[in-house]
Amino acid sequence: MSVAQLAGGRVPRLARRASARDPLVIAAALVMLLIAVIAVFGPLMAPYDPNQLYVGPVLSPPSLEHYMGTDDLGRDIYSRVLVGAAPSVIAPVFVVILSTALGAAIGISSAWFGGVVDGISSRVIEVIFAIPGLVLAVLAVSMFGKGLIAPIAALSIAYIPIVSRLVRTAARAELGKPYIAALRIQGVSSLAICFRHLVPAVLPPILAQSTVGFGYAMLDLAAISFLGLGAQPPSSDWGVMISAGQPALLTGAPEQSMFPAALVVVTVLAVNILGARVTTWAEGGDR
Amino acid sequence: MNTRVLRQLLGKLGGLLLTLFLASVLIFSAMLLTPGDPVFTIAGSVRPTPEMIAAIQEQYHLDQPVWVQYLSWIGGVFSGDLGTSFVYKTPVAELIAPRIGITALLVLYTLVLIVVFGLGSGILAATRGRAVDRTVLVTTSFGMALPTFVVAILLIWIFGRVLGWFPVYGAGSGLLDNLYHLTLPAISLAVLYIAYISRITRGAIVGQQHAEHVETALVRGIPRSRIFRRHVFLNASPQILSVSGATVAGLFAVSAIAEQAFGIGGLGSLLTEAAARKDVPVVQVISLLLVTVFVVLNAVVDVVIAVIDPDSTKPRSLA
Repeated sequence: MSVAQLAGGRVPRLARRASARDPLVIAAALVMLLIAVIAVFGPLMAPYDPNQLYVGPVLSPPSLEHYMGTDDLGRDIYSRVLVGAAPSVIAPVFVVILSTALGAAIGISSAWFGGVVDGISSRVIEVIFAIPGLVLAVLAVSMFGKGLIAPIAALSIAYIPIVSRLVRTAARAELGKPYIAALRIQGVSSLAICFRHLVPAVLPPILAQSTVGFGYAMLDLAAISFLGLGAQPPSSDWGVMISAGQPALLTGAPEQSMFPAALVVVTVLAVNILGARVTTWAEGGDR
Repeated sequence: MNTRVLRQLLGKLGGLLLTLFLASVLIFSAMLLTPGDPVFTIAGSVRPTPEMIAAIQEQYHLDQPVWVQYLSWIGGVFSGDLGTSFVYKTPVAELIAPRIGITALLVLYTLVLIVVFGLGSGILAATRGRAVDRTVLVTTSFGMALPTFVVAILLIWIFGRVLGWFPVYGAGSGLLDNLYHLTLPAISLAVLYIAYISRITRGAIVGQQHAEHVETALVRGIPRSRIFRRHVFLNASPQILSVSGATVAGLFAVSAIAEQAFGIGGLGSLLTEAAARKDVPVVQVISLLLVTVFVVLNAVVDVVIAVIDPDSTKPRSLA
């Protein structure tokens, strides 16, 4: 299975033809940059204390005082969304880093040692793959309690199979090339071959998978917070805000849910566009 | 089906059982890895006396060695004794049984939507020219960024507040009323998968359309519709199935999100609630159930692919 298929089918012709100057890709990159800035500097940009009750009227529509209106407890939605970017965006980064590091280590050692190591790790990967990420996360919450830590750990494990299979395939293809045998004959150490040649060779697919994986991790973590098992109120994690705003939808005040929901959608859309671009690059389409 | 395929399938069956066994051990070990003594979780707010501790340990087999605990747990699962809830103190089977139906109905409803619209739009995109292709491509790009909880709150707002055509809370009673109530939850679950399956279907069909035998058939004057059915779609279907299988099998787990949003008392909402209250026995049994469904459905997909395309079971030279 190629990276493109994992990313959601074949890379669309649109994306394949796209050069780095594609306005869509530039827009997506700008959106990601903006989201990253908000995630880091959000608390400094917020005009109000995100948890201060009744800074304005309850459930008021957007106004000059409150750009995105106020929620059911009279808190400023704009401030809450800015501050909530940190848990919503940085938590999935942890999932990507952990699962990529573990998956790459397993994939490379499977390809390198082969035989028993490959057999055992393939079996372990098979078992992890059999447990859907959401189920593993819920199981972890039932053991260690609500919060972001248990779901981050669980998803990091659940995402290992995709990375390790990808890396194993790429590493095996690279190891089969004649130049590796030549290096061995010249007496280059295994460690040097591994880090100077194997790791650089598997980096492009890893990068592509990480981009796409970030989007999945963000959606999964937001869903877990939406279920009430992840970040806890009064945190303004976007999943928590969407869930907390649900009762107000029926009274005709959708702002509390809709603004964080829109941010989730825009972020994931940008990630998907960038992911398709990085995948094209990783597959050697346009380097 | 020849003997090689049969042997391959038997090997797969063995692997499947081994995977299920290891997964059940992993799920079982959740109880052991949980910090704190389960006796105090079961006792709840009261401070247990030594007699209570002994009674609880006996009832939950906590005084036995670990492997005996595992055997009695997995043995119970096979004989219908699924253990006892920490929170409700009632048999887990009694909690689960009345909730399976509604979740299964929701998943089935969602599956129908996914197949009709996902497969349908993918085929249209691949066969009806550039304009349709572009439209489907742009739409599915948005669809793939629309998770269940976002679609759910959009639908609740639109239908609950503005239009009012469909109910936005509960599951109703009676099959027709159930279906009426499950319409919005099923749509909220389906959107992301429709976009995903549409992309895969389109890619698989486009890949087949330019195959040599298809071009030859066209030149020979065989009707396009027949070529599409007999050659293009049939040859594209293993690729569509293999990628879709895992995705769709996960629906049972993701169903929890729609159940939460629309207040449906199914398996998913029980799972969520049990996890929130640290009711490990309930979470374990539902996890095992979901994992079994996931593994078995994936295996079924593999078998179907092997029947359609026996070559798929041949050992690959480079994989």
